[in-house]
Amino acid sequence: MMILVLLLCCISSVAPQESHHEHDGGHNATGISIVTFKWHHVETPYLIALWVLVSFLVKLLIEANHNVTNYIPESALLICFGFILGGMIWGADKVQTFKLTPTTFFFYLLPQIILDTGYSMPNKLFFTNLGAILIHAIIGTCWNAATLGLSLWGCHQGGAMGNIEIGLLQYLLYGSLMAAVDPVAVIAVFEQVHVNEVLFILVFGESLLNDGVTVVLFNVFDAFVSLGGGAIDAKEIVKGIVSFFVVAFGGSLLGTVFGLLISLLSRCTKNIQIIEPGFIFVLGYLAYLTAEMLSLSSILSIVFCGVCCQKYMNSNMDENSIQTVRYAMKVFANGSETIIFVFLGISAIDKTIWVWNTGFILLTLFFILIYRFIGVFILTWFLNRSRLVPISFVEQIIMGYGGLRGAVAYGLAVNLNETKIKEKNLMVCTTLIVVYFTVILQGVTMKPLVQWLNVKRAATVDLTLVEKVQNKVFEHMLVAIEDISGQIGDNYWRNKWRNFEEKWMSRLLLKPSARKKQDRLFNVFHQLNLQDAMEYVKEGEHRGSLEFIRNESAFVDFKKKFGEDYEEAMPDIMALNDPVSACRRDPVPSVSLEMHEQNMRGLREAEGINSHYLLDQHLYKSRKQHRYRFSRSHLDINQDENEVQEIFQRTMRSRLESFKSGKMGVAPPKTITKHTKREPQPKVQPSARFNRKHKSLLCCVYL
Amino acid sequence: MGATQTHSEYQYENMVGKTGFSTEQIKNLHMRFQQLSGNEKTLRREHLKNIPALANNPIKTEIIEAFFDKRNQLDNELGSYEEIGFEEFLMVMSHFRPLSIKTSEEERTAMRRQKVRFLFNMHDTDGDGKITLEEYRKAVEELLSESGTIGQEGARAIADAAMLEVASTNVPNMGPDDFYEGITFEHFEEILKDLEMESRMHVRFLDMNTANLRCGK
Repeated sequence: MMILVLLLCCISSVAPQESHHEHDGGHNATGISIVTFKWHHVETPYLIALWVLVSFLVKLLIEANHNVTNYIPESALLICFGFILGGMIWGADKVQTFKLTPTTFFFYLLPQIILDTGYSMPNKLFFTNLGAILIHAIIGTCWNAATLGLSLWGCHQGGAMGNIEIGLLQYLLYGSLMAAVDPVAVIAVFEQVHVNEVLFILVFGESLLNDGVTVVLFNVFDAFVSLGGGAIDAKEIVKGIVSFFVVAFGGSLLGTVFGLLISLLSRCTKNIQIIEPGFIFVLGYLAYLTAEMLSLSSILSIVFCGVCCQKYMNSNMDENSIQTVRYAMKVFANGSETIIFVFLGISAIDKTIWVWNTGFILLTLFFILIYRFIGVFILTWFLNRSRLVPISFVEQIIMGYGGLRGAVAYGLAVNLNETKIKEKNLMVCTTLIVVYFTVILQGVTMKPLVQWLNVKRAATVDLTLVEKVQNKVFEHMLVAIEDISGQIGDNYWRNKWRNFEEKWMSRLLLKPSARKKQDRLFNVFHQLNLQDAMEYVKEGEHRGSLEFIRNESAFVDFKKKFGEDYEEAMPDIMALNDPVSACRRDPVPSVSLEMHEQNMRGLREAEGINSHYLLDQHLYKSRKQHRYRFSRSHLDINQDENEVQEIFQRTMRSRLESFKSGKMGVAPPKTITKHTKREPQPKVQPSARFNRKHKSLLCCVYL
Repeated sequence: MGATQTHSEYQYENMVGKTGFSTEQIKNLHMRFQQLSGNEKTLRREHLKNIPALANNPIKTEIIEAFFDKRNQLDNELGSYEEIGFEEFLMVMSHFRPLSIKTSEEERTAMRRQKVRFLFNMHDTDGDGKITLEEYRKAVEELLSESGTIGQEGARAIADAAMLEVASTNVPNMGPDDFYEGITFEHFEEILKDLEMESRMHVRFLDMNTANLRCGK
């Protein structure tokens, strides 16, 4: 494996040298050459492909041993590998031919990562905490930028940094590019830590939304630096503030428009399902570029594009398309992230950019940490006064510690204009060092810190049905209380939005069939499926295709408990019709029931009923949907076999209960009989009771 | 209003203590109460049913019932009132009061218990201290009734499944002889212990009278 990598590196380093030589191969007029080595022809794409391959191979190497990634986050390892690779190239070339250029980074590597985050953003959580996120993003970033710039300038004046030519404005510019928390780094580190979702969304949301501020600050200070100190007056400052609003809101608005466009498109793509997934990528990218073109915040644009189109896309598109989109996004995002970190490592090994100034670098690191913590504490103190669930001190520490800087800062630093900013190399160096420090050091220590401080972790348990029902009850209750008490509160607005959304947006953006399926509790629980499920089980049992397999390790020993009783019940049951025939095959149900996988599949093919397949897919969907754990590399597909077993056990148990009570005439609570009496079933009473309950309890299977 | 002013002020002191609202909030709620009851001294079910905004709410019957339920007042009687006065109205509202940072740990647990109790009472319509399958079914059916797609059949299935889930977690070794009577209050608390209630069961009572800001009751 290592040999392969080395080989690739040699090729890639040798190849550019080749390009320096003159290529006469094809120009000889001596005859037809059967094979020619046309390096020039393929140079650029070849190198790109090669580098992508190398990055992926590095990732392969890293993931080969899971123990390592438990302690050191992947991103840190990728950077280290980047160092090694960079060293190799340096050794071969004496010049760093490959580095992370801002264009590549901002145009080709970053958009897909952000699109992925927008698309898989847990909307409800995000918007509930939007206030806190915005405050941290806007005020926090401004605070960071201002304090860093001013402190460094102060230290410069105090002589701590020796002789460098940086003025106040340049310090502020530098502060603004270092201030922003980086989304890529945050995901990369937090992914392995699994803190609770509120904490995660706060840090993560902040890292996304602060782009609006960063762009503005950077451009404003850049302009100031160009204009020189004298030209700054109140008018310019006002323009700066106005530009913030324009950039931020403009970007978000643009993104929303694109998102709605995508949703609208997805409504009409029934006939081209094969290309359906492509739309979001293309339009997402266009959203990014359009914002970039109009000098608005491109990250905000693409985030809101993803956020807006999520719901409608998932309802409108075909199952396969949804899976494709999700998976493809993860592939691209993961790939980009890998490449970014590897190149961050490689870019370091470049003698031309290295300028060392102890004071500058150390002070930057120090100030960044300190001011981040101070900023977080102050802002959270404010927020806690109006938050329902206050952010605890421990969580604040994690928030502060999670203020990682990453490739965005580096990209901005490399974009600095050298003529105006003489110490550009120093800044680039320091940025790199800060990035390494935060990603590697803070990344490695994040997990132990979280464990040591006992931060509340992400809930890995799904809500039970009861809890889900209660949630719904809560929502309605709150709205009702607000209505009764005449108060306008959060719930009022939320309700209003929901009504608006249902009335207008859903009508416009969802396919008519999708709208019908839209239910709040269980998206897929529509009657069609239910009835189909009932028919299916009936059919299945009739044909005896539900195979029961004996399993030693069981949870409940039915045989022991019900053996005799069951036999007594049998004659009653025999008198009834079909649904029971299957039981006849195996009069005493085995200790646990497992649906034989092959048989299921066979049955499915045999019957070829679309809805059953759909049902199978959706069977676990309602439980899936409430998983908010954001993960770069794992799709939340619940493939828990235990789930199948559990459901069948439950059903079997309940079925036995019903047999039991039906036979003994032990009144199941009189409530149930009351029910069956109401049912318009023109059958014999006991069988009717049995059938009804049988059916309804079976439906539980498919919950 | 002049004559009742002093009387109300005296009462407000009491209520601040009992319910935890501030005087300002109580005043606003009183104004709202009077608006709802048409300036009468007591509120009846019809008054609440007439609120137009409530018409769309699937569980409005339960909620209205909750206001008239004696169990939600401080004394633990059973049964329900025919009409309630302002004090009772306020008591029910106080279940939804937001916590402030100043509330102590015991107060928090007590309030949480109170909220769970409120919910429990809402479901347990016959007051026997247990939520039976029938009662739960009714609740789920109502909840789902607004979305026409899941009919009664589906709602019943969901309710059944939910009860089964509860039964299997609470009484793990239940044989077929045992008949699951219903969810008791302790069970209910147990089920909901992981559910985050703090942010879910409160209404921000503003200190300003928003009743006039919205048209209609």
